[in-house]
Amino acid sequence: MSRDAIFEKIQEVLDDALGVDEDEVTPDASLTADLGAESIDFLDIVFRIEKTFDVKISQGELFPENLTENADWVSDGNLTDAGLAMLKERMTHVDFAAIEDGDRSVSKIGDLITVNSLVNFVEKKLAG
Amino acid sequence: MRWLWIDCITEHEEGKRLIAVKNISLAEDVLHDHIVQGKPIMPFSLMIEGMAQTAGILVGSTSRFKEKVILAKIAKASLDCDVTAGDTVRFDATIDRLDDAGASTSGTIDRRVAGGEAWERIGRVELLFSHIDNNSAGTEFPEHNFVFSDNFKMILETAGLASLAEH
Repeated sequence: MSRDAIFEKIQEVLDDALGVDEDEVTPDASLTADLGAESIDFLDIVFRIEKTFDVKISQGELFPENLTENADWVSDGNLTDAGLAMLKERMTHVDFAAIEDGDRSVSKIGDLITVNSLVNFVEKKLAG
Repeated sequence: MRWLWIDCITEHEEGKRLIAVKNISLAEDVLHDHIVQGKPIMPFSLMIEGMAQTAGILVGSTSRFKEKVILAKIAKASLDCDVTAGDTVRFDATIDRLDDAGASTSGTIDRRVAGGEAWERIGRVELLFSHIDNNSAGTEFPEHNFVFSDNFKMILETAGLASLAEH
């Protein structure tokens, strides 16, 4: 499946899951900051992507989970170097450049997940 | 589950499907508070709640009611016509996806009007449930399962499904 075709299907997924118009779903739109996704929406999006693309997604594979439970990864509400390194290794579909030298607060990590992140994820998943 | 919006379970396929019915009665106060063009109408929100209870029991039964199953999102809901006193409503719920974090379900609502015999399809509802102990972000909930309380067990017993609640 081409990247454009994946993007179009992701637009439909987000239209259904978040009730947003397809023209709002631009590649750079952040799921939380721009499209208003809340935590439970991530579960919904995971289920819909599985159904749409016939793939199986493990918990924590698409979106980071339980970060704060590990003191090596998060300190005083901020992502540590080790935490960032772990996320970059595990979540190659997300662009972490914006927080490399900037605000590393855990609450901002969700904002990094963009429509493009989902397209990257599906593209890699389908490629096996 | 304190306020029941289903009367009884009529069919159950373990882990897959659950069907429940509700008889709409003028004895219910809520109908008197919801008059539309002179007719007492069952509020759509409570129709969705009936589906949520049907699907919630189905999802809960997969863990023998150990998980606290909370309605997290109404993904889609549509109803084509009003339901009133004397009608019977049938909620037919199936699980689309289930894992440790939660479940998604889809379901149909059918109606049989007073004195009628045929069921007609009048609505569809897609729901998302969360197993809150697994999605709590550090929040701790009471140990006992406050979702599936005693009156819901009565529904299971009436349907001959009490064994589902045994650990």
